[in-house]
Amino acid sequence: MRLIEGNNITIGYEGEPVLSGLSFAVNEGDYLCIVGENGSGKSTFIKTVLSLISPLAGTILFENGLKQNEIGYLPQQSGIQRDFPSSVMEVVLSGCLNRHRRLFGYSKEEKERAVYELSRLGMEGRRLSPFQELSGGQQQRVLLARALMATDKLLLLDEPSAALDAASTAELYGIIDSLNDAGTAIMMVTHDIHPALNAADTILHLSHGSYFFGTKDEYFRSGMGRTFLKEAGHDHQ
Amino acid sequence: MIISDILSYPFLLRALIVGFLVSVSSSLLGVSLVLRRFSMIGDGLSHVGFGALGIAAVLYISPMALTIPVVIAAAFLLLRLSGRSGGDRSIALISSSALAIGVIAVSAGGVNTDLNAFLFGSILSVSKSDAIIAASAAVVTFFVYIVFYHQIYATTFDPVFAEATGIRCSRYTSILAVLTALIIVVGMRMLGSLLISALIIFPASSAMLVAKTYRAVSFFAAFESAAAFLAGFSASYAFSLPAGASVVAAHMIIYALVFAISRMLRCISRSVVS
Repeated sequence: MRLIEGNNITIGYEGEPVLSGLSFAVNEGDYLCIVGENGSGKSTFIKTVLSLISPLAGTILFENGLKQNEIGYLPQQSGIQRDFPSSVMEVVLSGCLNRHRRLFGYSKEEKERAVYELSRLGMEGRRLSPFQELSGGQQQRVLLARALMATDKLLLLDEPSAALDAASTAELYGIIDSLNDAGTAIMMVTHDIHPALNAADTILHLSHGSYFFGTKDEYFRSGMGRTFLKEAGHDHQ
Repeated sequence: MIISDILSYPFLLRALIVGFLVSVSSSLLGVSLVLRRFSMIGDGLSHVGFGALGIAAVLYISPMALTIPVVIAAAFLLLRLSGRSGGDRSIALISSSALAIGVIAVSAGGVNTDLNAFLFGSILSVSKSDAIIAASAAVVTFFVYIVFYHQIYATTFDPVFAEATGIRCSRYTSILAVLTALIIVVGMRMLGSLLISALIIFPASSAMLVAKTYRAVSFFAAFESAAAFLAGFSASYAFSLPAGASVVAAHMIIYALVFAISRMLRCISRSVVS
């Protein structure tokens, strides 16, 4: 079942196109890796998918009950203040504000859902801890739980391992794989070739003015894919 | 003793109630403003308020009628500027310009209003109608803040995520701007335009030294603000000190104490761990 689809869209900023003629699709349970050099339009693509900016041409379709404000988004961590006073529960609960209708406070169901999402990520024991006192990997897991509060259909992860050490990165990829196995579709921007090689079903490679979208096997047979492998030091096949 | 004295004079009681309400409301706004790195905006707005008060006095129009819209407009302008590079410079430029306009207006107009009252406040000369406006503004601010508490938290903590899940960040920034402008205008009459920004910045700053969750910071800030106001107000009555300055001094003393205690506790917990 299709969740999100773009047909022949043009993305860009303030009328300046970055990439045109882009077509892609994400189905239920898919694992899509988005790769590309800096400045190739990855952030513009993410902002367009999140409806923070609109495509210059064409539209992005949300299908099969996925709503525009129901993408579980994990932003690059640099956007969040390290010293912000907040408990883990406060962070996670803020993920469900897109469906929140009560005037005061969160409902019992919302709180139970937050504890459930934290327990899936092994963080329920820290739910009352201050967010600022967690390690980088733990903070990412809390922000992932917040994203899951918004939806468990589709997660959009923007360089989730950028600030993590190798062990935390491996752990985070393990968690993302298990969420994907449980049926959540993943869209992940990454500089890291390993998830693209191992877990991904499909690859979207943005390059200056051009792109590749297709299955992982097609990608690594394509010129773009071979160049990417070579640059990452994996050309010894 | 002091309390029964204060309660027996209607004008003191009026000042006490209004000051208390304004203190609590401004402390809540302050939590979000300080975390958004908007501390200087409160300061800039109070100077704009002073300029508007000066002009209102010269033109013989009701101070509130001119000051409230001017300061709200300035709040929108400053919030827009603050995101950009050179935002702090723009705020400083607007602040000093407004202050200069106010001083010129007051002296050139030959107004026999005391310049001191504008700059440093005169909590006891608050008229009945001013008191009603100030109290209503404070109560409205309090309830709007409580109703939008979660949205204000979310847009302060991570505006990009909030926007992606369909929360209109600009809407809540505008709400904060209007409420801040209102509180500054009504508080300015009592504490003075040079001191009012303390009511926004001190409570949140003290709270963040000890509290580590957003809710705890909000509660602590409101409590600290109320306590500092009551302490400063009582001290000003007991020792015949200027009320606005006494309240700000009380905030300062509480901040210093909280800072010292939190440092001491940290040292103790460190030596226990090691």
